[in-house]
Amino acid sequence: MKPGHPPGHPLEDLLRTDRIPSIWCPGCGIGTAFSSCLTAIKESKIDPKKVVMVSGIGCSGRAAGYVKLDSFHTTHGRAIPFATGLKLARPDLTVIVFSGDGDLFAIGGNHFIHAARRNIDITVVCVNNFNYGMTGGQAAATTPSMAKTPTTPYGNPETPFNLPLMAYASGAVYVARWTILHSRDLTESINESLTKTGFSFIEVLSPCPVNYGRRNKEKPLDTLKIYKDRTIIKNKAHPTQVDLDYEKGIILGKFVDVDRPTFGESYAKICRQDKPE
Amino acid sequence: MKFWRVPLDADEIHVSKGIVYILEDRCKGCGYCIEFCPQQVLEFSSQFNKKGYHLPSVKKPDDCLNCHYCEIICPEFAIYSVKVTCEPADNTEGLEIITTTRKN
Repeated sequence: MKPGHPPGHPLEDLLRTDRIPSIWCPGCGIGTAFSSCLTAIKESKIDPKKVVMVSGIGCSGRAAGYVKLDSFHTTHGRAIPFATGLKLARPDLTVIVFSGDGDLFAIGGNHFIHAARRNIDITVVCVNNFNYGMTGGQAAATTPSMAKTPTTPYGNPETPFNLPLMAYASGAVYVARWTILHSRDLTESINESLTKTGFSFIEVLSPCPVNYGRRNKEKPLDTLKIYKDRTIIKNKAHPTQVDLDYEKGIILGKFVDVDRPTFGESYAKICRQDKPE
Repeated sequence: MKFWRVPLDADEIHVSKGIVYILEDRCKGCGYCIEFCPQQVLEFSSQFNKKGYHLPSVKKPDDCLNCHYCEIICPEFAIYSVKVTCEPADNTEGLEIITTTRKN
């Protein structure tokens, strides 16, 4: 290779490079999660024409606009209903929902639990940055207790969701949690879930330096150092044990990997059966 | 890396070498690649890009092992490494680091 003629970024063919650089703040982890997602799509060897990315509203929702695949930037909280419709109409497509915690669990919480209950064959990647980043950092359903946000200036009195437990309890067949620092594991996990049949859920912990970190005295590098020092990788840990507690240590890993019939399969079996006369 | 003796299979093991490329216009100066490079190849340079962010620059080009960690941790698709195919001992000018400005 001649110096002066760089080959270009390896993910260039999956990116709408005219829209890059993205709107994400310096130090935001969404870009890393997005990049892992694209790498996983590439490594899974699925034809990119058969992959669709659906995202909702929020910082993470912008990902659908940066990817050079068929993508869908949907209304707030409704990424999963759109993905469900897509998957039922075109079962040959691989559908990825890439969205944030506010979109998937606050306004879209109901859709999430019912898609998991029905076991729709989609992959949900949830970038959890602990607040509503795009609108100014208000407290969300995932904000840790005692965290300071503009709406909870004395500390958050609420208890946050344990997202893997929620996914497991609702019936997801694949549940994992990683941080953006563990991006190789994350890529592997997304890759596995793309080929897995059923509702797969992957939570990605990500720093939000401008809206969450600034108010809680965490610079982006500090957050990543916390991810490095206070995380424990424990595959097959029971989801009830994996609540986000920085004192005990954050448990990462692949928690659930089971098989059960998907909605598409059951529907075809029960409602589309050619009944003998 | 220094060993107290030469490993017996030192001749068979080929350590891969990489060239780091930085796309200046995309970088937002978060410093993740600099902090988490396992070989500490990168450092902050004193230069700015056109948006005013400090870029990473390559401090120790010979130490890059082409592990791609900078590439996968970068949130902005602004850095990547490429394997050097030729023998690095014979051709050190192949390890020259190039930062490029790409038109978007």
